Amino acid sequence: MKYAAYCALILLGFLGLSSLGGINEYVFFAGFVILQFVILATAWNILGGYAGYVNFGVPAFIAVGAYTAVVLFKSMSAPLLVQILGGGILAGALGLGVGLLTLKLRGIFFSIATVAVVFILETVVNNWRYVGGATGLQLTRPQDLWFFDSYTRMLFFVMAVLAVLSVTIARYIQDSFLGRGLRAVRDSEEAAECSGVPTLKIKLIACTISGALMGIAGAPMPMYLSYIEPTSTFNLSYSISALGMPIIGGTSHWIGPVIGALLLATLQQIVTVTVSNELNVLVVGVLLVLFVVIAPDGILGLIKKWKQSSK
Amino acid sequence: METILEVNNVIKQFGGFTALSEVNLHVNKGERLGLIGPNGSGKTTLINCISGAYTDYQGSIRFDGGDITLLKAHERTKRGIARSFQIPRPFSSMTVMENLLVPFAFVGGKDGPEQQKEAMAILQGMGLAEKAFVQSNQLSQVELRKMELARAMAAKPKLLISDEAMAGLSGTEVDEVLEILFDLNKLGITIIMIEHIMQAVMKFSQRVVCLDAGKIICEGTPEIIVKNPEVQRAYLGD
Amino acid sequence: MFSVDLIFEAVLFGILLGCFYAAVSLGLSVAFGLLDVPYVAHPALLILGSYFTFVLSQTGIDPIVCGVLLMPIFFLIGIGFYRFYYETFEKRSSDTGVRGLAFFFGMSFIIEVCLILVFGVDQRTVVASYIGSSLEIGDYRFPYRMLVAFGIALALTVALTLYFSKTFNGRAIKAVGQDEGALRLMGANPVKIKQLAFGIATAVNALAGAMLIIVGPVEPAMDRIYIGRTFCVVVLAGLGSMSGTLVAGLVLGIAESIVMMTFGASWAPAVSFGLLLLMLGVRPQGLFGR
Repeated sequence: MKYAAYCALILLGFLGLSSLGGINEYVFFAGFVILQFVILATAWNILGGYAGYVNFGVPAFIAVGAYTAVVLFKSMSAPLLVQILGGGILAGALGLGVGLLTLKLRGIFFSIATVAVVFILETVVNNWRYVGGATGLQLTRPQDLWFFDSYTRMLFFVMAVLAVLSVTIARYIQDSFLGRGLRAVRDSEEAAECSGVPTLKIKLIACTISGALMGIAGAPMPMYLSYIEPTSTFNLSYSISALGMPIIGGTSHWIGPVIGALLLATLQQIVTVTVSNELNVLVVGVLLVLFVVIAPDGILGLIKKWKQSSK
Repeated sequence: METILEVNNVIKQFGGFTALSEVNLHVNKGERLGLIGPNGSGKTTLINCISGAYTDYQGSIRFDGGDITLLKAHERTKRGIARSFQIPRPFSSMTVMENLLVPFAFVGGKDGPEQQKEAMAILQGMGLAEKAFVQSNQLSQVELRKMELARAMAAKPKLLISDEAMAGLSGTEVDEVLEILFDLNKLGITIIMIEHIMQAVMKFSQRVVCLDAGKIICEGTPEIIVKNPEVQRAYLGD
Repeated sequence: MFSVDLIFEAVLFGILLGCFYAAVSLGLSVAFGLLDVPYVAHPALLILGSYFTFVLSQTGIDPIVCGVLLMPIFFLIGIGFYRFYYETFEKRSSDTGVRGLAFFFGMSFIIEVCLILVFGVDQRTVVASYIGSSLEIGDYRFPYRMLVAFGIALALTVALTLYFSKTFNGRAIKAVGQDEGALRLMGANPVKIKQLAFGIATAVNALAGAMLIIVGPVEPAMDRIYIGRTFCVVVLAGLGSMSGTLVAGLVLGIAESIVMMTFGASWAPAVSFGLLLLMLGVRPQGLFGR
């Protein structure tokens, strides 16, 4: 019950924030991005942290979410929630497909296959005029603001809800049989199989859920930007962030990706605004390499060590 | 005597190399079977075919009245075949107790307080009870070997395959592990033991099978095997 | 439909392109195919080689010579990389998969961003006497720069294949991927052998990088598409197969060339990645793999 109470409190807090007047709209823009990374990092960790399979192709899943939303919006003026649902379902299907193709092979082949999916999908989208092709598509936001003052504030709150939802799913997986099985697969797939764990099925489930959540993170983007175009949507920098945040935060527990995402995404916003865009990718890259080498258990691991040494 | 495992005409090839050629083996319920043979004779390959690590072999395998030829490893574990690994494969991020809870969860279906008690009982039988909440990557070699066997036991097997569980252990440690295997057999579990330590095999086995270059060259009681000239040639060369 | 002439020209161009792709994949074939190191930073080092060549060639030295001059430096970089990877990841078992992959992926990004910060996102080229003109045979034109790259690629492949089959160290490298124990028994130190192999793989990248910038302009983000091309070649060939790399490169080169002719250049990136996915799904051990 305690966890549910925390979630309710957090959501109420976000609701309050979104309704507050006199706040610079940029806060909600930045907040949207930070929350998006919380979802992406959490989603990545379900397959990468719990099971040990490294997804390099995060933008492919984001893009499936985003472009599904665009198609649903353009063809039938689908409301936001339908867009999000559709994006999640198709991205989950992509996860299942890639998994079926490569999860029987070694981990690195899965990783390379995820990169392949990014490029193939990007090429397809580049040549697909209905969604704007390489030049992109302008979109007009609907007037449906619910009870918020601006569309941006509404999207901000929606993202907050999605973020809490994703983290709840990750927490549920972690404490369930699925989580136990995934950890066993990560530690020793052979031993897991011989201990009765249906390794392929479990990996596929994790891959599907992970992909679906990434699609959900991507689906609100077209409405948020009023615009969609392939180059930024398929940007591989999403991968380095979605991968770096859980590793830096700590991959063994659902709170790790949240910590990593909140810290790093905020840092990225500051760097982008004050210095440059390229530098923010460099920051994540350098931190990732540093942590992987020196502190592989992430911030969570460092906290644990500090607690143990001060006993 | 009831047959619990039947290996019929199993052939396993890796590319152009034939690791097992037409192996036929019957194991009786409750038996203690020793499997010996020089390095590269196909012992581990045979075990991998029985446990389901390999499913692309020719021939058929029947276990406990059912055909398991096409079943994946985890399905065979659920039917009652458990194994330990030559090089221990602990779930290193988990404690010893959590290691055992994995088969409890996935074979038995439950991992609650009752199963934890059962796990403790298994660990006590192996002398590992005090290490129950230690992270498994901190165990010594012999403790790891014992945990492998404990984890296999948590799957409540009818057949336990011990793959060189004693390799690299000291004299007293070998005796410890041997005693554990005897105790498990007394509970009614059929045991196939692969070992290079001849005294252990001879002491433990009721029947011994010798493999060489993918074929069974001799089968019989330990006394017969030891005197068999084919076996001697396989180990010592011509 | 297309005339036979056009198809023939596409195939010829594809052969030249394919040899080039084989050459840039050789390093990965060794590092990943033989040594099993998840060397996803290989394409980034390739582009780094191109940029180093660019800088060096500003002094007036011919680009190919630049590439050769850079090889010892890259050899040392490769040894350093492997040493670091071994000490940090390979030695301590468990979970090496994620960390090693994350490490090389991170290095890839760091290299790419540093290149952007130093050189900007614009394309860079080099000048040489053979860049710009073509050899004309009948109705066909073969750009000299492609022929030069083809020649170097062929030479590199032959040299490496001979090295791995004729010299003691070379054969040890081929063996170490399959049976470290046997190697130890022969008195060779597996770690030193792997170091050597990695050094060679990275040194080859220097020359391959020079070829890359000779064949066309380079920009920092090119490492991304070369992940597809190099991994496609290595997977298509089959891990551990040196000679297979050449055949695989040719297959990719011809496929890309024909697709470019039929559907346009915008579909080119999808060819290598698509072929890669196809191989993983249908025949993951590649054409010649073990």
